[in-house]
Amino acid sequence: MGRLTEAAAAGSGSRAAGWAGSPPTLLPLSPTSPRWLVLAIAMVRFYMEKGTHRGLYKSIQKTLKFFQTFALLEIVHCLIGIVPTSVIVTGVQVSSRIFMVWLITHSIKPIQNEESVVLFLVAWTVTEITRYSFYTFSLLDHLPYFIKWARYNFFIILYPVGVAGELLTIYAALPHVKKTGMFSIRLPNKYNVSFDYYYFLLITMASYIPLFPQLYFHMLRQRRKVLHGEVIVEKDD
Amino acid sequence: MKHYEILDAKTREKLCFLDKVEPHATIAEIKNLFTKTHPQWYPARQSLRLDPKGKSLKDEDVLQKLPVGTTATLYFRDLGAQISWVTVFLTEYAGPLFIYLLFYFRVPFIYGHKYDFTSSRHTVVHLACICHSFHYIKRLLETLFVHRFSHGTMPLRNIFKNCTYYWGFAAWMAYYINHPLYTPPTYGAQQVKLALAIFVICQLGNFSIHMALRDLRPAGSKTRKIPYPTKNPFTWLFLLVSCPNYTYEVGSWIGFAIMTQCLPVALFSLVGFTQMTIWAKGKHRSYLKEFRDYPPLRMPIIPFLL
Repeated sequence: MGRLTEAAAAGSGSRAAGWAGSPPTLLPLSPTSPRWLVLAIAMVRFYMEKGTHRGLYKSIQKTLKFFQTFALLEIVHCLIGIVPTSVIVTGVQVSSRIFMVWLITHSIKPIQNEESVVLFLVAWTVTEITRYSFYTFSLLDHLPYFIKWARYNFFIILYPVGVAGELLTIYAALPHVKKTGMFSIRLPNKYNVSFDYYYFLLITMASYIPLFPQLYFHMLRQRRKVLHGEVIVEKDD
Repeated sequence: MKHYEILDAKTREKLCFLDKVEPHATIAEIKNLFTKTHPQWYPARQSLRLDPKGKSLKDEDVLQKLPVGTTATLYFRDLGAQISWVTVFLTEYAGPLFIYLLFYFRVPFIYGHKYDFTSSRHTVVHLACICHSFHYIKRLLETLFVHRFSHGTMPLRNIFKNCTYYWGFAAWMAYYINHPLYTPPTYGAQQVKLALAIFVICQLGNFSIHMALRDLRPAGSKTRKIPYPTKNPFTWLFLLVSCPNYTYEVGSWIGFAIMTQCLPVALFSLVGFTQMTIWAKGKHRSYLKEFRDYPPLRMPIIPFLL
């Protein structure tokens, strides 16, 4: 449990960005740690050239999807034991990122130019850059205080910003989902089952209410422990 | 005559000092004495151990046989509010029985108002209701009259978890099977007859195993013995698996899934199978640990495979 709580204080960003993942080994780190930097630079360049966020998602989507799906590797790390974090926790976080990327922004084209998309993309990008820098420098045993500070402070702003971006995006997608009935199964059918993607999204949005505060306060506790050396007795030690 | 002190396992705080305890006293009696000074911690919530991180001592352990000096230190851990197994079982099984019937009778506010209290025209829907109800009535009766539990209680939060699982799935399945737009099985009466046969056989099998396990353990005791096949052919599955009751239970639900051709039922069967496999593997491991001569051919839940 100790390991989990240490690593849980990820840099910043949305619930999805609040990685409880522990430092990956150097092996997966080398090809992937600059990936979010690449994404950040692509986003900044686009904005500087075009002056608008419209079409931003479209331009970076391939890179984003590729890199975010790559995050599945993190689950494998936990599964095969390189990383001591719980498979379930990492699995939940990776799933929620994959959900946003593939089931929302990729699948529901009309919302790709929403401002809220930029909001969570920025939050995720900054989070990941901070997080991976933190891990890289920690593993190299040469961690500048600034990186540690960033990792344990940026989240205070970026986490709610990311959550807001995600929720606003899902909310924007709702009318389109309802109108097209996408990803839904209706009765009658021979397997006697139904699924309504619209209600599924509503439930997903509602689930942020219990989950976000829990993760946020958990990270705040981690921050107090790591940055201010406070001794906090965890419930189940 | 020994003295016993009870310390909190986490804080090492001295909670109780018992002097002049009879050597042949049991842990159960210590727990009763401890409750007198700390009434909020009734015996079922107490976990006493010799080492703060060690295993709990059993109620029937005799103090004299414990490896301690003249003043023994016992460590206490609060297991949290407890609830009896019987209560949990009765509650979690009564729910599905009742809930399914609400959907079967198409009680108002579930389906459109024009369907209130109407009846399905498909025979299989009526059959499914009978099977589902029979299954849970059987479980309730077994809880009251057949099972002999080795633990009296479990943590209170389990009842919420378990009821959510059973009641939730029951409602989900019942909704589709009793829906006005329900589609009967693709292969018609043939499919239903085959599925019903599987279901009935597995229900009989499951019951036979429960009876066989009950007969292994005398009333009021907590002894554990290797189960063996009896004259009842349903128990011959013991030759191949450690937990044939789970095998038959999975079989029953597979039968029900084929009978209703309803995906939620199949998913419920899958989840149940996963959980029962975990339990069966655990049970199998304990059997292997406890009995040197445990039959090597047996697998935990699926013959030869799992």
